[in-house]
Amino acid sequence: MHNFKAKYRYSLILFRELVITDFKIRYQGSALGYLWSLLRPLFLFSILYFIFVHFLRIGAGVEYWPVAMLLGMVLWGFFSEVTSNGMNAVVSRGDLIRKINFPKYVIILASSASALINLMLNFIIIAIFMWVSGVDLHVAALMVPVYVFEIFIFGIGLAFLLSVLQVYFRDTSYIWEIVSQALFYGSAVIYPVSVVIGENPFLAKLLLLNPVAQSIQDIRHVLVSDVNLTLTQLTNSWWMLVPLGIVIVVFIFGAWLFKKHSSRFAENI
Amino acid sequence: MEDSIAISVNDVSKNFRLPHQKVTSIKSGIVNVFRNRNKKIEVQHALNSVSFDIKKGEFFGIVGRNGSGKSTLLKIISGIYRPDEGGVRVNGSLVPFIELGVGFNPELSGRENVYLNGALLGFSKKQIDAMYSDIVEFAELEKFMDQKLKNYSSGMQVRLAFSVAIRAESDILVLDEVLAVGDAAFQQKCFDYFEEMRRSDKTVILVTHDMGAVQRFCDRALLIKNGKIIKVGKPLDVAEDYIAENVEATNNSQKQKNRINEDLSLKIKEQTDNEVNIQFKFSELNKIGAYIGFSIIRDGASIAELNSSKVDLDTANGILNYKLRTDLLNPGSYELTVAGFDKDRRLISTSDERVRFIVKGYDITRGAALKLDDALWSVPIKREHKQPGSDQVIQPDN
Repeated sequence: MHNFKAKYRYSLILFRELVITDFKIRYQGSALGYLWSLLRPLFLFSILYFIFVHFLRIGAGVEYWPVAMLLGMVLWGFFSEVTSNGMNAVVSRGDLIRKINFPKYVIILASSASALINLMLNFIIIAIFMWVSGVDLHVAALMVPVYVFEIFIFGIGLAFLLSVLQVYFRDTSYIWEIVSQALFYGSAVIYPVSVVIGENPFLAKLLLLNPVAQSIQDIRHVLVSDVNLTLTQLTNSWWMLVPLGIVIVVFIFGAWLFKKHSSRFAENI
Repeated sequence: MEDSIAISVNDVSKNFRLPHQKVTSIKSGIVNVFRNRNKKIEVQHALNSVSFDIKKGEFFGIVGRNGSGKSTLLKIISGIYRPDEGGVRVNGSLVPFIELGVGFNPELSGRENVYLNGALLGFSKKQIDAMYSDIVEFAELEKFMDQKLKNYSSGMQVRLAFSVAIRAESDILVLDEVLAVGDAAFQQKCFDYFEEMRRSDKTVILVTHDMGAVQRFCDRALLIKNGKIIKVGKPLDVAEDYIAENVEATNNSQKQKNRINEDLSLKIKEQTDNEVNIQFKFSELNKIGAYIGFSIIRDGASIAELNSSKVDLDTANGILNYKLRTDLLNPGSYELTVAGFDKDRRLISTSDERVRFIVKGYDITRGAALKLDDALWSVPIKREHKQPGSDQVIQPDN
């Protein structure tokens, strides 16, 4: 019992220090430093907002669509950061793994925590855009952390899985780049689900079974506008089990695979 | 496990697949699936059924030549590698310093690196806060802690890393080649730390090529060769075997190597208990009135030199002998080099060749080369009264 506690304590210390280091190194040598964490999304979102309001009339009929679209971009960016950072985390920490024995999952958790910090900063910018656009906040917005958690768990599960594959096959990162690009366009990030419903209602339901698409849509629904139809609205509550099931299965399988192989990382990196 | 045992290595084997066969892309993975059916995979046996115990509080040395499997063994004990067969049981907490300054990041300041490195050794921020000033003071880097690590000299980095490392509070310490870097002052600090560890009840595993350190600090030592244990026992015996193994290897490789200067060579004709009979060969030196000089080297430094300027090489017929009295030397490994000098003591010819010999026995001085006569100790006789006239000042005659 004492050993278990000591090990847990070590993981926590390591986790903390790795997250801090990651954050410090990211803005090394830039004059504005941490401020870029806020400035970067602010400018990028302004460009996108401008383009979507004035040129691309893709979500014209959807209430507050530019804000909902930005929200989708932010959440997708978060998912993408968790998976791809996690995937490369083990290999890029090879020097550490070869020299010291520590619980390897800390690496994945630390890299995803950096993504989580980024997400929170991005939410500050989103809040500004919501305020400028005149979006009202409802009590339902309290559900946002739950759906973010869903994306987070899904992303970590994939990160576990991909990081193991990346140790043995370096092709993994290229393949994942392609798969992730396909997933991006399939997750209704830059177009509203209503466009798909208009074309093919069945396809819209199928699309929302993807956990990322489903949770992005749910967050839009509770935070921006209830015109963003969710999976449970299009089908019934039972169908919610599919994306949740995918998340749980991917997470458990990823974690199991990671645990199984992590003791062999040192000699295979 | 018995309470008195700190580490029990039980029948451990470890194999590695050779790097050129390692599969790191799916294409070669698929190709290899088909190829390997008929092809035997080349396997490197890094460790072969290794078993030994380390007692609690013991200072245990592991020695062996490069590639013998020491580092693999150390990594298995530290839990970095998993053994293919057998197992290791560790009784107590263990901190490995496979390398100093693990996790050091050149882009971070010295201060930040202390916290990062400390975290890897298991220290919380609070704990490091408490010991921070001691660490900086020990490393003698007070003025540099806010500079980035990339602006440190390598010596400064090592000092900082070592200062953090010695704070580790685990029951078992694993040290790998810490001594290989650093200047004399740093090595002295290492030695002081080892001495302190030796007196404490901590278990220490030291991997090194420095036989002086093994004999000085270790309670027991282990010699490993090609993944197998050759000997476990007294540090002196293990060190002798290790040196003998090295001498054999060096002499073998030098037989094949072309000498830079073919004129001049030396060899050991025979060695008895009290002397080494050295033979020098030369071809042209006598024609230009030159002479031969040789030096005895220990731990890379010359401890004695002698030249043949008193001998007329013309009478020598290309061969010259010297009887070296080894009873003047302390036990250890020595090397001989030879060079030719002209009448004005200018170096005119050298030989790359180094010949080794060992002086066996028990070294009470722990590493000094020359053996002094211990019969020359004396206690001064106390004078009862002054000798008459002893106070007189002698006046110079004018």
